[in-house]
Amino acid sequence: MTATLAPAPPEPDAPPPEEPVARRGLPRWAWALIVIGVWVVVYAFTKGQDTLVLPGREHTDLHDTLTGFRDDVLASRDSNPIIQLTYAVGERFVAVVEWVQTLISVPDFPRPVPQVGWLGVTAVAAWVGLALAGWRIALLVAASFVSFGFFGYWSDAMDLLIVTFVAVAVSVLVGMPLAIWLGTTRNRYVLAAINTTLDILQTMPTFVYLLPIVLFVGIGPSGAVACTLLYSLPPIIRIAGHGIRGVSTTTLEATDSAGQTRWQRLLKVQLPMARRTIVVGLNQTIMAALAMATLAAYVNGPGLGKPVLAALQSRDVGGGFVPGMLIVVMAVMLDRTTTAASEAPEKRIRDGADPKIRRIVLGVTGALALVAVYLSREQIDLARFPENDVRRTVADGVNDLVDWFTDTFGGLTGGFKDVISYGLLNPLESLLAESPWYVVAVAILALSAVLGGVRALLPTVICLAGLWYFDLWHDAMVTLNMTLVGTILVMALALVLGVWMARRPRVDLVLRPVLDAGQTIPPFVYLIPILGLFEATRFTAIVAGVIYAAPVAIKLVADGIKGVSPATLEASRATGSTTWQEITKVQLPMARGSLVLAANQGLLYVLSMAVIGGMVGAGALGYDVVLGFSRSEEWGKGAAAGISIVLLGILIDRICRAAAHRDPVTHDPSKRPWWRAASI
Amino acid sequence: MRTLKKRGGAVAVAACVVLTLAACGDSSIDDETEANEERAEELGDCGEINMAINPWDGYRASAYVIGTVAEQELGCTVNYKDLKEDVSWQGFGTGEVDVIIEDWGHPDLEKKFFEGEGDGSAMDFGPNGNVGIIGWFVPPWLAEEHPEVLDWEGLNEFASEFETSESGGKGQFLGSDPSFVQFDEAIVSNLGLDFEVVFSGSEAASISAFEKAEENKEFVIGYWWEPHYFNAEVPMQRVALPPYEEGCQDDPAKVACDYPETPLKKIVSTSWVDEGGPGVEAIQNFEWTNEDQNLVAKYIAVDKMSPEDAAAQWIEDNPDKVEAWLPTS
Amino acid sequence: MTAVVDQPEQTGAATTDAALSVRGLWKIFGSGAEKIIGTPDAELSRADLKQKTGCVVGVKDVSFEVAPGEVFVVMGLSGSGKSTLVRCLTRLIEPTAGEVVIDGRDITKAGAGDLRELRRTHTSMVFQHFGLLPHKQVIDNVAFGLEIRGISKKERRARAGEIVDLVGLTGFEQSYPDQLSGGMQQRVGLARALANDPSLLLFDEPFSALDPLIRRDMQNEVIRLHHELGKTMVFITHDLQEALKLGDRILIMRDGEMVQVGAPDEVVAAPADDYVRDFVSDVPRSHVLTLKWVMRDPRPDDSMDGPVMKADTIVRQAAKAALASDHPVRVVDENDRVVGIVDDDAILRVVVAEEEAPA
Repeated sequence: MTATLAPAPPEPDAPPPEEPVARRGLPRWAWALIVIGVWVVVYAFTKGQDTLVLPGREHTDLHDTLTGFRDDVLASRDSNPIIQLTYAVGERFVAVVEWVQTLISVPDFPRPVPQVGWLGVTAVAAWVGLALAGWRIALLVAASFVSFGFFGYWSDAMDLLIVTFVAVAVSVLVGMPLAIWLGTTRNRYVLAAINTTLDILQTMPTFVYLLPIVLFVGIGPSGAVACTLLYSLPPIIRIAGHGIRGVSTTTLEATDSAGQTRWQRLLKVQLPMARRTIVVGLNQTIMAALAMATLAAYVNGPGLGKPVLAALQSRDVGGGFVPGMLIVVMAVMLDRTTTAASEAPEKRIRDGADPKIRRIVLGVTGALALVAVYLSREQIDLARFPENDVRRTVADGVNDLVDWFTDTFGGLTGGFKDVISYGLLNPLESLLAESPWYVVAVAILALSAVLGGVRALLPTVICLAGLWYFDLWHDAMVTLNMTLVGTILVMALALVLGVWMARRPRVDLVLRPVLDAGQTIPPFVYLIPILGLFEATRFTAIVAGVIYAAPVAIKLVADGIKGVSPATLEASRATGSTTWQEITKVQLPMARGSLVLAANQGLLYVLSMAVIGGMVGAGALGYDVVLGFSRSEEWGKGAAAGISIVLLGILIDRICRAAAHRDPVTHDPSKRPWWRAASI
Repeated sequence: MRTLKKRGGAVAVAACVVLTLAACGDSSIDDETEANEERAEELGDCGEINMAINPWDGYRASAYVIGTVAEQELGCTVNYKDLKEDVSWQGFGTGEVDVIIEDWGHPDLEKKFFEGEGDGSAMDFGPNGNVGIIGWFVPPWLAEEHPEVLDWEGLNEFASEFETSESGGKGQFLGSDPSFVQFDEAIVSNLGLDFEVVFSGSEAASISAFEKAEENKEFVIGYWWEPHYFNAEVPMQRVALPPYEEGCQDDPAKVACDYPETPLKKIVSTSWVDEGGPGVEAIQNFEWTNEDQNLVAKYIAVDKMSPEDAAAQWIEDNPDKVEAWLPTS
Repeated sequence: MTAVVDQPEQTGAATTDAALSVRGLWKIFGSGAEKIIGTPDAELSRADLKQKTGCVVGVKDVSFEVAPGEVFVVMGLSGSGKSTLVRCLTRLIEPTAGEVVIDGRDITKAGAGDLRELRRTHTSMVFQHFGLLPHKQVIDNVAFGLEIRGISKKERRARAGEIVDLVGLTGFEQSYPDQLSGGMQQRVGLARALANDPSLLLFDEPFSALDPLIRRDMQNEVIRLHHELGKTMVFITHDLQEALKLGDRILIMRDGEMVQVGAPDEVVAAPADDYVRDFVSDVPRSHVLTLKWVMRDPRPDDSMDGPVMKADTIVRQAAKAALASDHPVRVVDENDRVVGIVDDDAILRVVVAEEEAPA
């Protein structure tokens, strides 16, 4: 018996990596086609029966029950101890946020400006960057802060930073112990419970968070911090937990054998060794927090989300573009800073830097920063960023560009929309939503069995039953259809661009920052231009989803293809294959794991845009959620729609995972999507 | 190490330059602080007004105009809070919201929060002078070219013209933002119209659709309303439905009549009114016309002025109207 | 390397002079493992037991003793249970049944605190994959054991520095593990184990991951350290050459069971069964066997003029002198009593057989 066997003896009942499909003689995709074929035939005869349609402005008794729950909570909010508690917590958040606001972002009456002006804040931030991560980062931080002021969004940017930081701080305080638990527990049930909870939290569209948060915590900074905190919690727990769990067992054994206590094990071995992964988790948490804090503008959360949202409402694309880009700047700044900060201390030692000189430099620059703080308290121009017209100039420029673009290409894009809508979207929607619900349920069940095997059956049954129970079956099918079509487009983009990026480093160099920005910019910014091109239709919603999901999928595909062993590639070249053969016979098949992962992520990202889609003509579950959020008497329907979206997400995810699990190439635990990133 | 030192030196030099420059600037923060204090003393304690900002430009126009008046003339602190209607009403009870300046009628919310059936945290503070007209609208080119569509009975004839990729073979009727009271699905089916209601999902999406339809002379019909600044750009034309009669909208499933004209009203927090003060009086006095609101909304939406600037502009141009809102005491 | 010490058979609890004593040690993986021991199921083969109960035997009723200063090698193929066995010795893996007595204390009954104390001061282990802390410099890796004992940074660095010199890492104190070659990393692992000044050193296939040349260096290093420090060592390996080179005695395991315990020459000359015989068939016997194993009983007509050699002289070392002499070698025991005769034929049988074997 070897060491590897020792901690976990082989499970006696673990199924061998069998290939039941192979035994049946037909590949899985053929079986899937057969299922779909049968479905189409049944659909042809039963179309339009039992489709469980619920018109846009109607709801059922179940929805009324949920609304009643909300009403009860609302009516009892002065006496209900839980609400008292959550409100008390919310008030603490408000107190902290407002205090920091008067310090750096809003005028502290009777002062016409905050306690510390832009110069002081910028200097201190740059100094922190210097201390944590070195000169480059200090410059980046300083430039970012100056850009906030220069474009006229100093106050909103500071507010967004404050909300993000307060929420992330609490996230880390709450999340790290949970991550340690997740990383060290051997209890399979605890693991499953935590993982499922995190799945639900991460599949839930951000908008859905707002419904209960407003109810329990209230609006404004408290609601903003609370939903940001809740939304940014899963990445740190999941990724840090994964990192801790991934610490080399040999090292743990070696240090255990030296007689360490559990605390020493945690503090001296597990946490330091998982540091890089933990920082990745922190990074993702910050990105998720930024995304959510932006959306919190819907509940009067302070920050850059406000001007973005206001611009959406008055259809001022340029006006939303500038704060939107500043959010990207902030994301890049925080991302680079945390990453560099995690590497800096070790790098210093490795480079043999002299700590004495470092102390002197930090001391001198720190003193300078304090001088800047002092000046910014005294001089109005150093406190309030001098006004300029740049913001409006840029915004108008963007508006002109967008107008020109929509005018020029509006007809073309309309045609494209019609082709996809009539050719793909409508027939598929008809199949999914016009078949009797039980036919669809059986078909999905059969497909999940064929693709994912026994593993996928239980979650599929649970999710389908849930969808049926919450009375929004038809809407769910329409949303599912849009998600599928969106994912097809995402994957088409991902394959083309991903292969291109993987094969041409220069393309990668150019595209990657664009993709990063596409991932961080709030979708509201690009909704209006897409509306101009495609009108208020499902296709607009799909395009928004594609823009949002494509960056992740493209990067995954590119990285997967880059990961294909150069030796194999060389071998194929040696046999004289063409470029096309090289891509289709070697690179794509060998990167299958990444492709499946990209598809999985694509599906979930497109789905997470369902709610935003509801605002631009997509209808279905997204519309229901917005409806529930907007109209008191429809709260229950909105909540049911939110749950239905989560169920759809879990359904899709579990089938994908099970399918990947049965594939010998993709059955690689290290490629499981544990890091699922921020999504709106 | 040497580069470190060098850079440190560069920073020190830069800091010295900043210091020197700063020394030349005049210190006006103290002056402004003093001015603020004096003004606060002069105006007395007006207190705070938490003003909900519902998400449309007409609302924003009203809120910022009266808000700016309260701030500048009465010295109140006005907190503008971007919230949807439903959430705003929830805020009355917690003190997070004091004023909704333009309410289009929410019987269910009134039931929950007004004295009597509800918890009494909110109250009706009278009309704001605007009259809301909700209905079915078509773009002007269509009204001119095919005046038949201006009556509901003429709609079916054109149903196929209104068809889109979204409407499943029927004519498309463009529903609007979920926030608004809409009976269109019922009206369509009860009047036997060959139409399908497709929800645009937001005001912005509806405007985009109307704008594009007018520009390209496309068929579109949808839920729309006045007052709205967009009507100044594209004067949307109303389609006649069977006229509204008292009670014809009581059962949502059986609605087959037009929407009523709605006098828009102010809703405020009861506890805020109880505290009293000049701010309360000013809100109570606030009243203006659809034209007034459209103008300010246009400043904001079309001329891209900030709401504050737009409000200030209008206040400057209309001193007499503003005068009427100020407390008499 | 110390001379082979034949361990007198010891029984009962009177084993205080053994550095390590293992009695009836079992490790069965799987739920309900405790209940299996003592039942007839325990006698089943590994495969049958798994079939029947779902449990897997790692170590099956193993007993042995290690004398102070002895190098005790546990040898077996992968899956034979040797790594599990060594982990049971300090309860890195919790044994299912049996006793492990180190310096007179049964550690299977020790509480968590006592166990920690034992690991901190009495035993140290060197691992196949080093198990170094990548975020610490070499000096701090070596000092890790001292660190968790709460020894001040200055003192532990000073002590670790000495050990670093001892294992030949001088000059690499400030390096990080990933800057070192595999052999160097294992020197760090060795230094870390020595830094605690343990009385018992455990090695779990420490050199399997190294290149052959480096492996030889490291083996010599262990031999040197053993000479200098005289620590008791338990050494796990799957490499018979290594076992023969280092071991005073060798324990051969298969499927969790002990197959044979003995000095290297015993194992080679008198394999307990076919499994061991197969194992040792490739061993250059002349390098291992002593005269004891090739001599015949003296006969009255034997020449008394041949050279005199001790019974534990290795054949290869004796060969030259024996073949040079016209007379057979007289083999004597510790008391210089002649116990046997080795003639040229006997020597040649060992040496020539070995030359032919590979061909």
